[in-house]
Amino acid sequence: MILEGNAHRFIKPDGNDNDINTDYVISGRYKFQCEDYNELATHVMEDLDSNFYKNIKKGDIIVAGKNFGCGSSREQAPIAIIYAGISCIIAKSFARIFFRNSFNKGLPLIECDTDKIEKGDKLNVDLEKGIIKNLTKNFDIKFNAIPPLMLKLLHDGGLVNHFKKNKGFNID
Amino acid sequence: MWNDDNNKKSALGLTMVEKILSRHAGKIVKKGEICIADIDFAFGQDGTSSVIIDSFREMGVEKVFDKNKCAIILDHSCPSPIVGVSNIHKKIREFVKETGIILHDIGDGVCHELVPAKGYVKPGDLVLGADSHTCTYGALNMCSTGMGSTDVAAAMIAGKTWLKVPETIKFIANGKLKKGVYSKDLILYLIGQVSADGATYKACEYTGEAIDDLSIEARMTICNMAIEMGAKFGIMNFDKKLETWLEKKGIKDYKKVESDDNAEYLKIYEYDASSITPMVAMPHTVDNVASINDVKGTHIDEAYLGTCTNGRIEDLTIAANILKGKKINKNVRFIVAPASREIYLEAMEKGLIKIFVEAGAAVVSPGCGCCVGTHNGVPSDGENVISTANRNFKGRMGNNKAFIHLASPATVVSSAIEGKIADPREYLD
Ligand code: SF4
Repeated sequence: MILEGNAHRFIKPDGNDNDINTDYVISGRYKFQCEDYNELATHVMEDLDSNFYKNIKKGDIIVAGKNFGCGSSREQAPIAIIYAGISCIIAKSFARIFFRNSFNKGLPLIECDTDKIEKGDKLNVDLEKGIIKNLTKNFDIKFNAIPPLMLKLLHDGGLVNHFKKNKGFNID
Repeated sequence: MWNDDNNKKSALGLTMVEKILSRHAGKIVKKGEICIADIDFAFGQDGTSSVIIDSFREMGVEKVFDKNKCAIILDHSCPSPIVGVSNIHKKIREFVKETGIILHDIGDGVCHELVPAKGYVKPGDLVLGADSHTCTYGALNMCSTGMGSTDVAAAMIAGKTWLKVPETIKFIANGKLKKGVYSKDLILYLIGQVSADGATYKACEYTGEAIDDLSIEARMTICNMAIEMGAKFGIMNFDKKLETWLEKKGIKDYKKVESDDNAEYLKIYEYDASSITPMVAMPHTVDNVASINDVKGTHIDEAYLGTCTNGRIEDLTIAANILKGKKINKNVRFIVAPASREIYLEAMEKGLIKIFVEAGAAVVSPGCGCCVGTHNGVPSDGENVISTANRNFKGRMGNNKAFIHLASPATVVSSAIEGKIADPREYLD
């Protein structure tokens, strides 16, 4: 699977982009009342950048620091990101529940050092090979291969489709 | 093959968590391994169950694996404040009728109070909830964790989930907590020590004299916040106190577990609990903790007593004892939400509700109350809130221009009396 898009980065009020929690991704204001995922997508990250949704081109990539997606278990977070047209997230690390939810919904997450990626850089990501090419700045970043189970879920199109196809779990 | 005799101390070198997961996987599994494990109970709440239902239907099945082991609890926006939520509640009630699973409707209480209090879970179990604070029940010597809705839907269908066996970090809290210092202060202190991602993907074992001294409810406050260190599980030892607690509830046939003496831990942290003061998590992260000595005097507009962290009878009792005969500061709004219907009733019988109401509190229906910002006390722009909840993220209570501080029930009520962050030790003799 090859993904390509421009990098988006955010700055939290404390001046960095570690610990971007699910309340930033999609505020509880919308989570509980909005069943329309296209509508939900328009509010993605709006507390950090109110123009973010308008600036997304299909396939774009969110880039962040440590512990992205910490906080609640709301699956609306990866869902809203997928519906906003984001193809993957690259961060130094992810919170556990967000990590599972994203792969279950078919959104790939990549863990690596993100310090050298700047807002607007054009990135090309090879999930199988574990390489990010920064096409703007002309350098590569290697990342740890995605565990086989996660790749299987992505290839099956998420957990729901995996279940339909295999009539239950099939990870061996 | 797994043998239940291994639940006691054995020579296998396994942690409690590895033992529980091994039993549910039917074979010995160790840290790092991915396994398919049977689950004992799975549930969702009103903020996550709509997606559970959608995933369930998308998977094309009609039945859950066991209707007595699946539940939906309406607690996050209850009673419904708006049409969108009302329609989700309706969708949930219809799904429950169709599948025959357990429903707790509005006013019953917060999921993390109800699930252990109603006896749905017991020592040795593996439990999933579509809510991040599902780790609360680790206080009952079991593994419970929050997952997303699709994971929980799959678990409700298959009675199984896939799991990576986590490494365990052990926290030893030696010594005794001082007067005016509670389990909430201890866990805030620990989170401050290791940071909000200090235990990401890991299991946390909380042990030591200070933990042994706590009631089961107070232990739940600690396991509840394991997720605020990023942990998958928070877990505690089985002891006499837990045995008595289970007996009272008529819970039998459980499988208590012990870690082996030669179990491998990722890290072992040791702390002196007697040196801890009342703590406050300052805005906007849970690990931004400060000692009360350094932050008292900070102006407060709203105070909240409740939630799955600190809305239990012990918490209400501590707060009411401090508040008795006093008034809430006229510049503070004090909101109280008992964590369940039973707690509400008990608090009424004991006269606690009267103390709150007379002092100027607004007591709201059992449930999540204003914890998550859906209703029941959304702060206005620029306001300072002090709350007994577990999260103070920007926007958490429904307004991203408010400032949320987290503390124990004693600190929250003392602050509500003074209109500024106050030291509860000054109210205790
Ligand atoms: S009380 Fe707050 S933290 Fe607990 S389940 Fe409800 S919303 Fe979540």
